[in-house]
Amino acid sequence: MTQAFDAETQQAALETRVQQALDQARQLGADACEVGASVDQGMGINVRQGDVESVELSRDQGFAITVYVGKRKGTASSSDTGEASVRAAVEKAMDIARYTGEDAAAGLAPADLMAQHFPDLDVHHPWALSTDEAIEIALACEQAGRQVEGITNSDGASLSSGEGVRVYGNSHGFLGGQCGSRHSLSCMLIAGSGAGMQRDYDYSSERDPRALASPESIGARAAERTLRRLGAKRPATGRMPVMFEPTLAAGLIGHFLSAIAGGSLYRQSSFLCDRLGETLFPDWFTLGERPLERGAMASSPFDNDGVYTRDNVFVAQGRVASYMLSAYSARRLNMETTGNAGGARNIRLDVPLASFEELLSRMDRGVLVTELMGQGVNGVTGDYSRGAAGFWVENGKIQYPVEEFTIAGNLESMFKGLVGVGDDIDTRGSIHTGSWLVNEMTVAGGQ
Amino acid sequence: MNQQTADISAHHALAHAEATLLAPGGLSLASLDAGLEHALGPGVDFADLYFQRSWQESWVLEDGEVKDASYDIDGGVGVRAMAGDKTGFAYSNQIHAEALAETGKTASGIARRGERLKAAPCVAGRAQDRYAGIDPLSGLSVEDKIAMLKEADRVARASDPAVNQVSASLSGVYEVILVRASDGTLAADIRPLVRLNVSVILVRNGRRERGSAGGGGRFAMSRLRDEKAAERYAREAVRQAQVNLEAVDAPAGQMPVVLGPGWPGILLHEAVGHGLEGDFNRKGSSTFAGRMGERVAAPGVTVVDDATLPDRRGSMTVDDEGTPGGYTPLIEDGILTGYMQDKLNARLMGMAPTGNARRESYAHMPMPRMTNTYMLAGQDDPDEILKSVKRGIYAVSFSGGQVDITSGKFVFAASEAYLIEDGRITAPVKGATLIGSGPEAMGRVSMIGHDLELDAGIGVCGKEGQGVPVGVGQPTLKLDELTVGGTQS
Repeated sequence: MTQAFDAETQQAALETRVQQALDQARQLGADACEVGASVDQGMGINVRQGDVESVELSRDQGFAITVYVGKRKGTASSSDTGEASVRAAVEKAMDIARYTGEDAAAGLAPADLMAQHFPDLDVHHPWALSTDEAIEIALACEQAGRQVEGITNSDGASLSSGEGVRVYGNSHGFLGGQCGSRHSLSCMLIAGSGAGMQRDYDYSSERDPRALASPESIGARAAERTLRRLGAKRPATGRMPVMFEPTLAAGLIGHFLSAIAGGSLYRQSSFLCDRLGETLFPDWFTLGERPLERGAMASSPFDNDGVYTRDNVFVAQGRVASYMLSAYSARRLNMETTGNAGGARNIRLDVPLASFEELLSRMDRGVLVTELMGQGVNGVTGDYSRGAAGFWVENGKIQYPVEEFTIAGNLESMFKGLVGVGDDIDTRGSIHTGSWLVNEMTVAGGQ
Repeated sequence: MNQQTADISAHHALAHAEATLLAPGGLSLASLDAGLEHALGPGVDFADLYFQRSWQESWVLEDGEVKDASYDIDGGVGVRAMAGDKTGFAYSNQIHAEALAETGKTASGIARRGERLKAAPCVAGRAQDRYAGIDPLSGLSVEDKIAMLKEADRVARASDPAVNQVSASLSGVYEVILVRASDGTLAADIRPLVRLNVSVILVRNGRRERGSAGGGGRFAMSRLRDEKAAERYAREAVRQAQVNLEAVDAPAGQMPVVLGPGWPGILLHEAVGHGLEGDFNRKGSSTFAGRMGERVAAPGVTVVDDATLPDRRGSMTVDDEGTPGGYTPLIEDGILTGYMQDKLNARLMGMAPTGNARRESYAHMPMPRMTNTYMLAGQDDPDEILKSVKRGIYAVSFSGGQVDITSGKFVFAASEAYLIEDGRITAPVKGATLIGSGPEAMGRVSMIGHDLELDAGIGVCGKEGQGVPVGVGQPTLKLDELTVGGTQS
């Protein structure tokens, strides 16, 4: 069960198709148009209880065209990049543009902002892996976890490996393409029984398979994370400091980025509307993006408008230094695009770091949160209330696991109340951060 | 509907699916056996082919104009080959003989040794239609669709000068599916699905709040117009935002919680629904595993999963394995009586499939999933339920929920809630998250209203990265104690 994938050939074929679609749209009367297309291929393996559970081979295509007729626009997409489907999509988009209302902000990004340089960002590392080899890796990962004393059941281990090509072109004559790969290995285990059962997981995800954590370390870490949750109690209700594990701290940064995203701002649905230049974080906190970092998860020389990407600083010494804008949202706000159509790329912090133990010690008494649940974040007001699980901390040391409680506050006061950032930086996603210690939130648990 | 009309419409669906899905690629119903053979490699004991095509359009209004509209066409075939509890899966966005051969061979690689089975002769399934097999996008002109959204905008802005932003969206999917499996299954379904949503931002005295409302189901878009959905949801969205503009900080801690009827049934979806899906119970990873026949909720609590409700968002004439959609009691009078099953998990657990196999698309593997999950009505008067609470929370709308099926812990976030003081609803409170443990919370249900309602048709359930439309419902409910995650301790 293997499939061949020649990324360069695929890229050339997609570029041809994108160019054809742009030409067709112009012939049909579009004043401007833009096309995105992608092909992805991959393999997904699940093993459980020492045996294969499923093997999945995937191959996905996508194609979307937006046409502009005057100030009206229409969009059509298809999961087929064949010539006939593309032609039908172009016609459908033109048809839709007859009905939509005029939008003064509609249109492509300015031509002079199109990316000119396409450096190799080292993000394409195919993994020549047979199904059998993949199964062996996943089995080794699960086994390393299952053999740990106290692990009673397994939700299995999964390996996924994929690569793909995306191409974007528009009627300015811009045509950009990029190949990329992503490989992940994860393991989820169960400990305890009956009402005391707990599960947790660990994973590794990389552009380059050689950088993946070893199967054994992932399995062992999943076991450790699962076992440490056994015997959880409910914490007392009250106001106290809260520390967020790195993956969860990255989530807080995600809420901040949503709030400075152009779409939220021009819709007036952000608690950070009209707050540019104001102090939101402590003065030692600086946050920006590195879209051209080699080998990173979200690297790209151009954004979804074809605009060149650059190292933006969104928070400088605690102040909101820049919004995060696409060409469209920038026009809606009478500003300039920041090359962020499609979002932020590789968020990095520039802050003093403390060790994990030092942060615990500074917290003294409170909760360390290792899991968050539910959607209780209101981007319009910044109100925050989510389900959580983690550990009770007293005298600066972890005491016992806690669960079935909520943490609540407001993002603005949480950002202002950021006490420190840990050096335990998680580099698996596109946002890199260590743990965050927030001075005070309301914990709702038992009596 | 009597059996004869059911046969006629099943035949119609098959003929339509053959013409829409198979004929363009030179295939026919008769040629599917050959396609299935590729997947029935050595050692494979079950295989199925799932063909799907969908046409989706959406219209979005902002700033009083429909400036964004899109149209999407998707389609392909997903092929599964199984050997015991192992599954091989591959798919293609092309539907022709060559694609069936390639994906079939790929999927059958899951087993390499053993007998080669022949597909059982196909038996066209008999299932009662749960909705009309129509294209919901036709029957309403583009001008009418746009007019509906503009009406939502007009009504919202006219109802309160504090309305600052209105966004409204109208979307519809026309989907045709066909399943052929080696156990003899042959079934087709035509699935309409429409939805209208209105979201508003109100700004007053420097405070900004959102309100939203929406609904839909498996019917023609024209019904949304005929039922004045735009006007209703616009008014409802503004009302919710007005309430939230007045909201005070929610309390924190354990207290009685009264949940309103309808959409708060998301409680059941999270607290018990996921935990009763067959796969989690077969694997022993659910807190409900091995508890069949035991008490898992208070007496009086009866929860069902029901795909047979006419025209509902979560309803299915047949599921994604071709099994007729069912009515499955999960908890009866507090006792665990049923799991939701697909073919794989039913077979491995020695149970019967319940018509709960669902998949996001041909490019995803089916799993046991909920359809419309709700609690049956009880005897209590909703006013009496509120009067019985000295100090607590009354929550009537939620933005979503999540569950850890292993520990049983679930959360759901309120988007409209109030304080109850001395049996009376008083101040609205800002979105508090409620957290509890499934079986424990269900054991604390002390009053059940006689006012069963189903939600308006907006739910999307996510599991292992796959989203499917679902429905929920319940009568007014009182839980004697639940943790409320406010800021006021």
